[in-house]
Amino acid sequence: MKLYEYQAKEILKKYKVPVPAGAVAETVDEVRSATAKIGKTVVLKGQVHSGGRGKAGAVKLAKTSDEAAAIAHDLLGKTLFFAQANANLKVNKLLVEEALAIKHEIYIAITQDRTTQRDILIVSTKGGMDIEAVAEESPEAISKTPIDPLLGLTDYTARNALFAAGYDKTLIAKTVPVLKALYAAYIGSDAILAEINPLVITDDGAVIAGDAKWLIDDNALYRQIDLQSFGDSSEDDPIEAEAHRRGIQYVRLEGGNIGIIGNGAGLVMTTMDEVKRAGGAPADFLDIGGGAKAESVRNSLEIVLSDPNVKGVLFNIFGGITRGDEVANGIIEGLAALDVKVPIVVRLAGTRAAEGAAILKQTNLVPAETMQEAAEKIVALALKN
Amino acid sequence: MSILIDKSTKVIVQGITGNAGIFHTTLMLDYGTLVVGGVSPGKGGQKVIDGRVPIFDTVEEAKKATGATATCIFVPARFAADAVLEAADAGIDLIVCITEGIPGHDELVFANVVRQKGARLVGPNCPGLLTVGQANIGIIPDNIFIPGPIGVVSRSGTLTYESVDALTRAGLGQTTCVGIGGDPFIGTRFIDVLPLFEADPETKAVVMCGEVGGSDEEIAAEYIKTMTKPVIGFIAGLTAPPGKRMGHAGAIISGTSGTPQAKVDALKAAGVAVAESPSQIPGLVKLALGL
Repeated sequence: MKLYEYQAKEILKKYKVPVPAGAVAETVDEVRSATAKIGKTVVLKGQVHSGGRGKAGAVKLAKTSDEAAAIAHDLLGKTLFFAQANANLKVNKLLVEEALAIKHEIYIAITQDRTTQRDILIVSTKGGMDIEAVAEESPEAISKTPIDPLLGLTDYTARNALFAAGYDKTLIAKTVPVLKALYAAYIGSDAILAEINPLVITDDGAVIAGDAKWLIDDNALYRQIDLQSFGDSSEDDPIEAEAHRRGIQYVRLEGGNIGIIGNGAGLVMTTMDEVKRAGGAPADFLDIGGGAKAESVRNSLEIVLSDPNVKGVLFNIFGGITRGDEVANGIIEGLAALDVKVPIVVRLAGTRAAEGAAILKQTNLVPAETMQEAAEKIVALALKN
Repeated sequence: MSILIDKSTKVIVQGITGNAGIFHTTLMLDYGTLVVGGVSPGKGGQKVIDGRVPIFDTVEEAKKATGATATCIFVPARFAADAVLEAADAGIDLIVCITEGIPGHDELVFANVVRQKGARLVGPNCPGLLTVGQANIGIIPDNIFIPGPIGVVSRSGTLTYESVDALTRAGLGQTTCVGIGGDPFIGTRFIDVLPLFEADPETKAVVMCGEVGGSDEEIAAEYIKTMTKPVIGFIAGLTAPPGKRMGHAGAIISGTSGTPQAKVDALKAAGVAVAESPSQIPGLVKLALGL
C-alpha cells in the first residue's frame, strides 16, 4: 500500500523522527489558516502517489497567507502530469509546511533486499536527487548496509553506513538517532520501503525529514489497524480498485483482449504468455489464489468481464490446494448471475479436475485439455467474434 | 534415490485440524507419506483421519513421541511465523511452509532463525515437495507424476504442476519435485536445490521454472555453469509489465532488476536450454538426454 507524504510524516512523527511544522489542507481556507499558523515562508506540496512532484509543478513556495491561498486556489483540484508515475494525477490535498533553511541534503532509506535476505539501510550524501541517478553517476556517494533482523539497527551499524557514504563526521552523532528512529518506524509500520529524501540538515544544525516515501506490506495490514484508513485507491484503475475491495489479485493490462483467470501467479503469468504466443493479447492478470471457493471464482469472472475490452475469457486451473469441482461451481454461479456475451474456454487439471469437468458438461463452455490448446481456442473464438 | 525426502521421512503436520490440513494430510497419507503426527495447540491427545494420526499440543512433544524430522505447515498467515519458529526451536530438520500471505518482516526473521538453527525451510507460499512413489509433503497433486530421471524445481506451485504434467505426458518421469515458493524471502532457493540434484545419482536432468522478479535465476545460472547434468529452463512473465506485482509478492520487475529477458539470457549463457512455453519442456529434455 502506497502512502502520501503527509501520512508517512505522521508515522515518522510517531517514532520521533523530526519533521517540519505543518498541516495537511483540502481547501483554500485551510491552506490560508495553516500558513498563518506557521507564520513564515511555507512550501505547498500536492499530495499524490508519485515522486518528481516539483518538476510536475505540484510544489510551490509562498511567503504570505494570501500568496499561499492563491497557489492553493490554482493547485487544488488540478490534474497534473507526473513523469515518474507516468500518469495524470489530481491534487486533492496540499501539505503546508515551514520552508527549511537547507544547508545539506542527504538521502536515507530502508528497504528489503531479497538477495541478502536482510533489510538494507541505504545512505547517500547526494540527497534530493533520484537515487537511481546517483547510483549511476556517483556510486561512491552511496552506502548499502545490511541490518541483522534479529539485532535490529545498532548504533555502530548506523554509524558505519554514514562513514561508508562519506558523510560529514561532525554530523554523525546527530544523525544516528534519526536513522534508528527511521528503522523503528519501518519495522513498526510493516513497511517494505521507508525513504526520506531529502533528510535536511538546516543552517542551525537541525536534522529534519524534508520529504518521505512509504510503502506498507499488504500482507501485514491486518495488524496495522491505524494505517488501514491510509489506503487510497482513487488514483488506481477503477476495475483494479474494485477487485482489491473484493480481495481479488487482479492487474489490468493495457491493450488486451483476452481475459485471464487462473490459480497461482506463475501459471497465470504463463497463461498470459501463451495467449500472446497464440496471437491474442492478455487483458489482465487474475490469480484466484490457493484454495479458492466458488464465490471468489464468480467474483473473478465478474471483475474480468467488467473490462469492455475483453472479447473472451480463459480459465486455466491446475488444482493442488484448489479443487476443480469448487472452481466449476463458481463458474456455474457466475454464468447464472452474469450476462455473459463472450466465449469462455475452461481448462481444468489436477485436484478434482474430473469432477469439475463433469459439472461443466451441462454448459456451453469450451473445454480444453492443455494450456496451449486453451490459449489457441480462446484466441480463435474471441477474434472470430 | 531422491533429494530431501523419501519414504522413510517422518513427517508431522502443523495446523492439521484445519480444512486444508485434514484434506491434504489425507492425500499425503494415501500417497504413502510417513505422516506420524499432527500439531494443533489445545487438541493434543485426539486422533484424526480415521484414528491414523495422533495430535499433539506442541511440536516439541510431537517430535519426542514420533521422531519426526520434517514438518508441513498449514497454519493461517498470521500464526504461520510462530509455527515456523516453533518447529525450528524443536529441532525439526526440514520445515515446509505452505502458507501464503505472511508479512515480509516475519519472513526475514524466521528465514534467518531457521538458518542459524541449521535447519532447512522450504517456502513459505510454496506447494511443498514430492519424491515420486515415496513421499509427498504439501499440496502437490500426486497423480501427475511417474517415476523417472528428471528433477524439477520451481518458484510457482501451479506452474510446477504444469511442467510435470507436460513431462509425464511425454513419458518423462521424475525423481523429486521441489516447489520453492513465490515470496521474496524463501528458505530454499534454486541455488540450494540444484547441487542436491547434481549429487543425486538417479537424477539425470533438471527442469527449473523461474519467473519475473529478483535475481535468484541469475545467481543459479552461475552455479549451472559448473554442473555436469543438463538443465532445462522456463521463465514465466514475458508479458508482465514492469512495476506491477504479478500476484506473488516476489514477482515484480523493479527498475532494470528482475526482467524475464535478463533471466533467459543468463540461463542461456550458462548453457541452459530455455523453453518458450511449458509444452516445449519435454522436447528440450529429450534433446538434452539424447532420447
